[in-house]
Amino acid sequence: MAPQRFSVAISARGRRVSARRISLEKSKVGRVMATTTPEPPKIDLRRREDSGNGGWRNLVPANGAFRVTEDCSPPPSSTAIWVVLFAITMMFAAFTSALFVRKGSSLDWQSFKLPSILYLNTLVLVASSITLEVARRRIATYMGSAIKIESETPARWLDVTLMLGLLFVIGQYFAWLRLRSEGLYLATNPSSSFFYLLTAVHALHVLGGLGGLIYVMRKLKRSRLRRNQLVAAARYWHFMGILWLYLLAVLWLKL
Amino acid sequence: MHDIFAPAVQHHAPPTSFIRKHVFSLDHKVIGKQYYGLALLAALIGMFLSWLMRIHLAWNSAAIPGLHLLSANGAPGDQMTPEYYLQLMTMHGTIMVFFVLTTAPFAAFGNFFLPIQVGAEDMPFPRFNMMSFWVTFCAFVALMTSFFVSDGPTLGGWTQYAPLNAVGPVGGPGQGTGVVLWMVSIALFCVGQLLGSLNFITTTLDLRVKGLSLMRLPLSAWAWFITSCMGLTAFAVLMPACILCILDHVAGTSFFVPSNLVLNGQILPHSGGSTLLWQHLFWFFGHPEVYIAIVPGMGIVSHILMANLRKPLLSQRVILYCMGALAVLSYMVYGHHMFVSGMNPYSALAFSFPTLIITIPATIVVLIWLFSIYGSKLRINSASLFALGFISMFVSGGVSGFFLAQPSLDILLHGTYFVVGHFHMVMGVAAMFGIFAGTYFWAPKMFGRMMNEPLGKLHFWLSFVGTYCIFMPFHYLGLAGNVRRYASFVDDYLQPLIPVHRFITIAALATGAAQLIFLYNLIHSRFWGKPATDNPWEATSLEWSTATPPPFDNFGGKHPVVYHDPFQYGVKSSVGDYVMQASPEQVTTEHEEE
Repeated sequence: MAPQRFSVAISARGRRVSARRISLEKSKVGRVMATTTPEPPKIDLRRREDSGNGGWRNLVPANGAFRVTEDCSPPPSSTAIWVVLFAITMMFAAFTSALFVRKGSSLDWQSFKLPSILYLNTLVLVASSITLEVARRRIATYMGSAIKIESETPARWLDVTLMLGLLFVIGQYFAWLRLRSEGLYLATNPSSSFFYLLTAVHALHVLGGLGGLIYVMRKLKRSRLRRNQLVAAARYWHFMGILWLYLLAVLWLKL
Repeated sequence: MHDIFAPAVQHHAPPTSFIRKHVFSLDHKVIGKQYYGLALLAALIGMFLSWLMRIHLAWNSAAIPGLHLLSANGAPGDQMTPEYYLQLMTMHGTIMVFFVLTTAPFAAFGNFFLPIQVGAEDMPFPRFNMMSFWVTFCAFVALMTSFFVSDGPTLGGWTQYAPLNAVGPVGGPGQGTGVVLWMVSIALFCVGQLLGSLNFITTTLDLRVKGLSLMRLPLSAWAWFITSCMGLTAFAVLMPACILCILDHVAGTSFFVPSNLVLNGQILPHSGGSTLLWQHLFWFFGHPEVYIAIVPGMGIVSHILMANLRKPLLSQRVILYCMGALAVLSYMVYGHHMFVSGMNPYSALAFSFPTLIITIPATIVVLIWLFSIYGSKLRINSASLFALGFISMFVSGGVSGFFLAQPSLDILLHGTYFVVGHFHMVMGVAAMFGIFAGTYFWAPKMFGRMMNEPLGKLHFWLSFVGTYCIFMPFHYLGLAGNVRRYASFVDDYLQPLIPVHRFITIAALATGAAQLIFLYNLIHSRFWGKPATDNPWEATSLEWSTATPPPFDNFGGKHPVVYHDPFQYGVKSSVGDYVMQASPEQVTTEHEEE
């Protein structure tokens, strides 16, 4: 954006004059307002293969030079994943604030003991985050190495993560069965409503993450995987773990 | 390392089949046009509903011929029942707010022009983009379906206040299936807009061409970016609210329905729900939604004004910061919709204060526009006229906002036509004028043909005068105590106001008919208009440096490089008094001569 002349405008006689005064003078002369012309930007030609074109790093001028814009930006999926995580955060913020308001607004709230399998599920989900991180690092090394040996494809850590993720969802299902056997259904009490709601919406998001992992595994098998796709899938997965810890804390404290 | 890395942006090949080209297209330009078509259809339906309502308000006992065909229950003997009036009102509001004011300026123009203005070939996630449109389309179909269920669409108003939204058929006609369809529709709409926002944000941040720093983006692109950030936050909250409401309906939970609620002589089985919870969740979305509708208009108007003023606005950066401030503040003011909900007066004060503060950035933007126009030689065409109309409507509607921001005054005015006049002018008509301005300005690029200018100007003057005739009297009615949401005015004190209502109805019918001129102009010039050149307005931003209409990959296999900001008007260059963003030409500054 060009520096604006109208904020501090100096007239020909060196006085500071107001913007209005200038426009009046202009209209007398019958000319349009003058604009300064920026010097064309110097383009830094270093370009990463996996980058976009302009990129958000243009926020910061390269090496402090104001007119030089840097030309290496992260690929869109690494920005997109933060956008997705933000939307999910807002969604669960809405759900959990509804929980707080609903609990505070009436006397019909009946607390119940959380099924103990939830704590086991938590361990499973944390473990899956660890195995995914191992997988991510190994794949990064594998992608970076010059010689590729088929048998050393580090996909098996992804398999383990996938299994642990499925185990978590199955574990959540057992938690619901447990509640059902205690006679606690969706509409029994607001506390059970929120329990089913929060765990189910979270489980749906976990299933989405499993879909993402399967996508990454297929890409890896066909040697079409891009590092940012793996990183995005991993961020999503870790976020599911953090989100679950938050939800568990809310359920434990509030139900 | 690089051998297994594919390029970052998935370039999809030009489609060949009709379905991939025009129906399930991945091309952001086709998706933009699809959104525009959806908004146009929705606007026509919404306008038709408003006609029915206005006729009923002015001539209460008159039969509207053929109305029983729309709803046998709602209009027995072509006489509109009060419930049917409320159903029409709800659908008018929902259609207009969601499917016109959100889709047209943001999703339609944004989809078509944001990637071109940043120099990209497409959005980064074209499949999500396609899904975004088709999910929105399904949402519209779901909403329209409710006209055809047995007791008609919901009557709860576009805000769908609890507990009426969650009690089921006992709440009145349309509160059974109708309200569930409404909730499903809006939840789907949220999904569509979230997918759209994802694409808008990543396009703006990651796909800009070389040299296009954020500060060199046109204000329209900035407006879409800011709007998508707002949409991301707002729609992600409305969707959970809809899910909770659907559960109250179909699963018997009690999120929103309080204990021992007696409705039509029947005690409801729900217990302990919070009716205010819905209002909080809804207005946390609802107030930013107002800015989602208006901020793209502000960007479009700034963009169009500069091209027609032939000079930069006094300060683009301040406009940009003001739009950002509006976006942030819009989340802090939502409580002003709930002044009469029985909330603590101290919270009312806490919401009143930012409400008054939010007028400051809005005022600054308006003053910048006005002072930039002052003393300049504005090129008068349909687009610039509608841009001026936008400013006029925005100011006229905005001024009444000062009154409503005071909790003490709002208690008096909240339930009256004053509020109806306020939001129709500042949000409805102003945003519509932004859409019209954008259409007249960008239709040459979208469709390759110029629109008819005399018809466009006629359309402007009729709409401009007409909308003032409709909505200014609303303020008067409100101050006279005319209650809103009533299907008929039978109280003694309202009788003297009936002539005003008749005047408004006639104005509404005439102004609505004037929109048919626009429709004719749009369709006629689409096929038989004068072919447009690449840059008919001598504008600077990137969309004007490509062919008309743009090729499939927007720039014909080239990546433009940006050398200037988009405000280089009033300079001396080889092409005239402007220099294109993508032109490497060094231009001389035209110094003032005294």
